[in-house]
Amino acid sequence: MIQTVLNTIPTPSFEYALLSPILVMFLAACLGVLVEAFLPHEKRRFAHLIIVFTAILFAFFAVVLQSGPNGRALVANGTVALDGPGWILQGTILLVAALSALLFAESKIDPLGDAFAARASTLPGGEEEKIATKLGWAQTEIWPLFSFAISGMLLFVTANDLLVLFVALEVMSLPLYLLAGLARRRRLLSQEAALKYFILGALASAILLFGSALTYAYTGSLEFGQISNGISSANNSPGLLTAAIALVAVGMLFKVGAVPFHQWVPDVYTGSPTPVTSFMAGAVKVAAFGGLLRVFYVAFGALVWDWRPLIWVVAGLTMVVGSVIALAQSDFKRMLAYSSVSNGGFILVGFSATSRPAIAAVLIYLIAYAFATVGAFALLTLIREQAGESSTLIRWKGLGKKSPLVAGLMSLFMLSFAGIPLTSGFTAKFGVFTAAISGGATALVLVGVIASAIAAVFYIRVIILMFFSEPIPEGPFVVVPSIFTTIAITASAVVTIILGLFPQVVIDLISSASVFLR
Amino acid sequence: MIAAVIALPALSAAVLLSFGNRTNKFGPLLAIFASTGSFLIGLWHFLQMVARPAEERPALTTVYEWLAVPAAGFKINFALQLDQLSISFVLLITFVGTLIHIYSLGYMSHDENPRRFFAYLNLFVAAMLLLVLADNYLLLYVGWEGVGLASYLLIGFWQHKPTAAVAAKKAFVANRVGDFGLSLAIMTMFIVFGSVSFSDINSGIVGAPAWVSLTLGLLLLLAACGKSAQFPLQSWLLDAMEGPTPVSALIHAATMVTAGVYLIVRSASIFNASEIAQTAVVITGAISLLMGAIIGAAKDDIKKSLAGSTMSQIGYMVLAAGLGPIGYVFAILHLITHGFFKAVMFLGAGSIMHATNDNVDMRRYGGLPKVMFFTTITFFIGYLAIIGVPPFAGFYSKDHIIEAALSHSWWAGAAVLFGAGLTAFYMTRMMMMTFVSKSRWHDDVHPHESPLSMVLPMIVLSVGAATMGILLTRNHIFEHWLEPITGFVKPEPPLPIQTITTITLSVVAIGVLIGIWQNIKIAKVAPVKVSFVVKAARKDLYGDVLNETLLMRPGQGLTKSLNIFDNAVVDGFVNGLGLFVSGISARLRRSETGYVRSYAMSIVLGTALLIIALLMVRI
Repeated sequence: MIQTVLNTIPTPSFEYALLSPILVMFLAACLGVLVEAFLPHEKRRFAHLIIVFTAILFAFFAVVLQSGPNGRALVANGTVALDGPGWILQGTILLVAALSALLFAESKIDPLGDAFAARASTLPGGEEEKIATKLGWAQTEIWPLFSFAISGMLLFVTANDLLVLFVALEVMSLPLYLLAGLARRRRLLSQEAALKYFILGALASAILLFGSALTYAYTGSLEFGQISNGISSANNSPGLLTAAIALVAVGMLFKVGAVPFHQWVPDVYTGSPTPVTSFMAGAVKVAAFGGLLRVFYVAFGALVWDWRPLIWVVAGLTMVVGSVIALAQSDFKRMLAYSSVSNGGFILVGFSATSRPAIAAVLIYLIAYAFATVGAFALLTLIREQAGESSTLIRWKGLGKKSPLVAGLMSLFMLSFAGIPLTSGFTAKFGVFTAAISGGATALVLVGVIASAIAAVFYIRVIILMFFSEPIPEGPFVVVPSIFTTIAITASAVVTIILGLFPQVVIDLISSASVFLR
Repeated sequence: MIAAVIALPALSAAVLLSFGNRTNKFGPLLAIFASTGSFLIGLWHFLQMVARPAEERPALTTVYEWLAVPAAGFKINFALQLDQLSISFVLLITFVGTLIHIYSLGYMSHDENPRRFFAYLNLFVAAMLLLVLADNYLLLYVGWEGVGLASYLLIGFWQHKPTAAVAAKKAFVANRVGDFGLSLAIMTMFIVFGSVSFSDINSGIVGAPAWVSLTLGLLLLLAACGKSAQFPLQSWLLDAMEGPTPVSALIHAATMVTAGVYLIVRSASIFNASEIAQTAVVITGAISLLMGAIIGAAKDDIKKSLAGSTMSQIGYMVLAAGLGPIGYVFAILHLITHGFFKAVMFLGAGSIMHATNDNVDMRRYGGLPKVMFFTTITFFIGYLAIIGVPPFAGFYSKDHIIEAALSHSWWAGAAVLFGAGLTAFYMTRMMMMTFVSKSRWHDDVHPHESPLSMVLPMIVLSVGAATMGILLTRNHIFEHWLEPITGFVKPEPPLPIQTITTITLSVVAIGVLIGIWQNIKIAKVAPVKVSFVVKAARKDLYGDVLNETLLMRPGQGLTKSLNIFDNAVVDGFVNGLGLFVSGISARLRRSETGYVRSYAMSIVLGTALLIIALLMVRI
């Protein structure tokens, strides 16, 4: 009996080399846990930094070296698809994560230490908190959590099976829930954000899982290729499949922060420690859209005529609602959160076109947006007041006079968000709009252009505030960071400029690789 | 490889500007090095080009593809076109540019921050090279705006002086008017031809309707007027003399202001296709050359007088360029010779200012040959060149323009001949006031010769001013050189060439004689009782008044009425829309309650809606 059961379960073949980026990050996370368990706390930070950066470096090289035509295959019994987009997404996530890691590691900006609570378990504002801070303790558990999240993302964008996708989603999300609650300053807000994120994330995960189950019920499989075959051949009640697609869509759209599943975004982005926010707005966004692309292009690609109008509506709503609400924001972090929502809408515009150029356009948009947003959040960490970061926009008046460099770089990222030519944002928006027009969604592109005109207002307002207003007395001051943040900001700025000046190089590279394996 | 010509000064400017004070020590040297390197690379390309047969000389280098949308047939390349015309400019810009860099080393040595000055000079050189090397109008426009920016920065280099700041702003605004013409022209090209590259326009213009070439021609002429200080956009050039003198020599005499001429010659196919546009160019040139000369004759400020002269000489070039294939070559020839002799005179003026505590009033000069030997000699060579005494450079280039103008029409010929006489008059006046007459220095002024770094470039340039004409016109070498690019038709004037030369030289001689006779005695203070012509000329022939009454006042009136309209109607609408959007914004913002239960509710409702919508789509 047991023997027969065992015979029906195939022995998994495991392509360790091809899977090494995911495995290395996972290993780094486990090592990090061991470090927490066995090393004295004053040595942990150093050990973690070595482990995480080595792992990211190794994983990135593994991606670069194996992403050629020979490295494209369905692996791990067909549950993981390592194809052109998969490798590109993995590479992007690793690079963006590396920049976020640099922000995580920064401890020179805040006189009290890094951006995280000294002891997460202490009562906010309590006596213990003061003691923990005074003793210079640090919550080094962030590092293994960070590594787990990355390994989850790497798996998420290459998952070729709904169950693997779900597991990856949880591996990526759970550490984020925790990280969101670890801010050093304004801890109550941070903890509230974490709890909200967790509750809503769990709800979305449940919906995704439900959708996966319905998909299995309809097609008899969880693997994307077979789901696609099952859809074309099945003659069951289409209602089941419709519900399945809708539920899976909701699970994914929640992660990308599309309207009407976006409301967690502003609260969570504002409450989280800024390095974590940058990680969420950068790497998580890339991962979420990567997963969305694969599920809908590969598994549900046959039903594109059914779900495309829906995506049009969601995309339009997301762009308009995100941009319009951002107008009313007075807090920079919250404004960027809505900007993240509205940018998600622009990506959905490209996503709705379902063509090969559309894949390339979405990937380029993700790269452009991820780097610009990490850069903007990194700059935010430098603009401070006694009580921490100064994110009230009105207090940034005349910042350009105090620190032309910081204000200038911030303007660069704002211009890129606004889609001004010669920055990456223009290349990105141009790409998704072109793809959508050739996909027949001209009306949606019109909405998009109007939305980006609205969005330009609040981006440009930041520049006007910084450069064309008189400084206020006792306004924020700009801190000189250590090499970590400097590298992160420089890299973001360089990518933003290069993608604006020489877009064709990147477009060609990505276009040649934008085919999904099924 | 040719990209390096632009890249060198651009990189140097970037280094000097971004590393700031850290580069103060070696900054000027780096800038000179970059400019020299640029010249050497240009020279190398030139020698290679000469070695090739005429039809293989032009070379196109696509540095990179900026953006391409194959579906829409839309492609913009960063591509550089190196041909006989552009290499001529490259050599002029980098050679004169390098000399002026070296000159600035001495001239700016007392300044607080020469590093920034040199960075701007490099920026200018890079932008100007991009302008002349671009293979399409859009890239040319980048260079065009770049030189405008560099010019603005350099005119206002001493921004602590209110006059300099105002002058810089004025130059920028006047240039914007011209830039507007260029941008409209580029848009028109894109709409009509779907392309902005020179080659596509050249081939497309042949079969295009007449209005296209006329519109494009007039728009490009407007652009040229702005950049080249031609009537009616000339008034900024005189004020631009507020900038340091090397800037006046490099940008506002030798190179940038000639960009308009380059634009017209480069767009030869457009102008050839429209006789009206060509005539407009000739008229513009004729008016400007006379206006400039008259202004130059009345000014006591040596730099402003030279600026009037620049306007006048560019008028010659514009006029020649408007004559069509009989004039293009001579326009460029005069541009090159002018680049040398005007630069040497400006540098001479700078040298004199350097020696006289920055005095620019010619009424307080005089008696300088005794103390400033090299300045006097080089300035004198420049003088002989500009008034057109054989065998100096100006003789050859101006004589050819006069021949071409005469074969075009009697009035164009009369204008250039009269202009030649005026030139001889005002330049003689300048010579008399500055050098020949007795010294009328301010009490605390003790003139002395300038340092070697300033004298050397003047000597080199004066050699060019003396010999460039013979070198370029011997055996019609320059005509054959440019002919494949601009086309060339031998002018056929109604009179024999010897007769024309004789008439020209007589007119020049009369101008010189009047100049000497009128300026034997020079008052230390400008006389008040003067003819209305002088009064008008002292006020730049009411260029500012004209601008103010024709453009500024109506413009302000228009702005005011537009403002009222804007406040009442447009703002009413926009504010209404803005209020509407922010009203929505505020209302939508309230949906962000902060309660996790309402967020969850929204997710669940959204899911339900999604399912219903999908079902509706299926049915």
